[in-house]
Amino acid sequence: MLTKRIIPCLDIKDGRTVKGVNFVGLRDAGDPVELAARYAKEGADELVFLDITATVEKRKTLVELVNRIAAEINIPFTVGGGISSKEDVSALLNAGADKISINSAAVKRPELIDELALEFGSQCVVVAIDSRLIEGEHIVHVRGGRTPTELRTLSWSKEVESRGGGEILLTSMDHDGTKSGFANELVAEISSSLSIPVIASGGAGTMDHFVDTFTTGKADAALAASIFHFKEIGVPELKKYLREHNLPIRIER
Amino acid sequence: MDVVIIDYNAGNVRSVSYALQRLGVDPILSAEAEVIRKADKVIFPGVGEASTAMRFLEERNLKEVIKELQQPVFGVCLGLQLLCTHSEENDTEGLDIFDVRVKRFEPKLKVPQMGWNSLKSMNSPLFDGIDENSHVYFVHSYYAELSDYTVARSDYINPFSAALQKDNFYALQAHPEKSGKVGERILENFLKL
Repeated sequence: MLTKRIIPCLDIKDGRTVKGVNFVGLRDAGDPVELAARYAKEGADELVFLDITATVEKRKTLVELVNRIAAEINIPFTVGGGISSKEDVSALLNAGADKISINSAAVKRPELIDELALEFGSQCVVVAIDSRLIEGEHIVHVRGGRTPTELRTLSWSKEVESRGGGEILLTSMDHDGTKSGFANELVAEISSSLSIPVIASGGAGTMDHFVDTFTTGKADAALAASIFHFKEIGVPELKKYLREHNLPIRIER
Repeated sequence: MDVVIIDYNAGNVRSVSYALQRLGVDPILSAEAEVIRKADKVIFPGVGEASTAMRFLEERNLKEVIKELQQPVFGVCLGLQLLCTHSEENDTEGLDIFDVRVKRFEPKLKVPQMGWNSLKSMNSPLFDGIDENSHVYFVHSYYAELSDYTVARSDYINPFSAALQKDNFYALQAHPEKSGKVGERILENFLKL
């Protein structure tokens, strides 16, 4: 049976791991390669690296980091942050990334999704969507969740799928950093409207939150950062807990 | 031992190469017939679309080269599908090592299957030391039907061939290079053949 995936997310700035609380007030949580290897060993199913500096001059640093990660770890990983062209994607995939994640660039120019899917295959094109509730509507935000767009989250998700996006990384900006649970109503709505996998992100605080997002939220995967970095919840204990709650979970023997 | 990874426009060539390096083997990446023929072991990876991959093999005159290999050959992911007779993906004729048809999953669940699924009924030296129901990482929309060559199966929407074997040809639908310790063991087992 296909298992539910647990995905630690590593926010990267200048080659170091950080985590924002509501995307401000960053704390240093260590070396990305070291942390990635630890997560892989502990049973993480995938990893996501989000480069939050992502300025042009730092691009080369990111490619080097991706190379080091790929050489070290034996599970799939996604790289995102500031990716806006086929050249960016090509460099990261050639460095050993399994998937790339695009966000603002896809909103700005949706054809990018089609182009990347055609060139590299849908399986490596993750589209990240930052959603925030505005007057009762789920609205897509860009620029690290700061800027609202005209797009509704559900209709944009469907467009992403129809253009060839392979997976959606759905972050609730309302829940992110709150540790009050995932935005399960939204996640369920998106997940059941699409035939591509949806990764729930934003709000993980307890192990029950993961149970909820896999059941009520119908998520295919769940992503979290700080609770793993600061060892509030360990990946092994979380996976054991989820298994005890009859969820299909991979435990490496 | 010379291990050659057939180097064509497949996204996971680098990942397979790194995985072998972690096992202490420095593979040769090549699309040259002579280099491939001389190898002790050949890995035929693949990520992407079937007809494009077959066209590349045709352009490089690699179709016959691969079919005539006598040393252990390991097809991975799309590599497995291309070793079959035919794929529904853009109606593509394969290398016909395995008399097996590759079909698209009915979209009763999400397609592609993306993630970790379990291996069952393993019956090949590829799986020495690997427990029933161990998980490996899959990303695919097409699958090889169960057949006489099936040496491991997995279930998603329907049962399918997770691995095939015939003579010196071995193939795995999942990505051993991304499947943690289980994947490492499968690669190690292949290198020991």
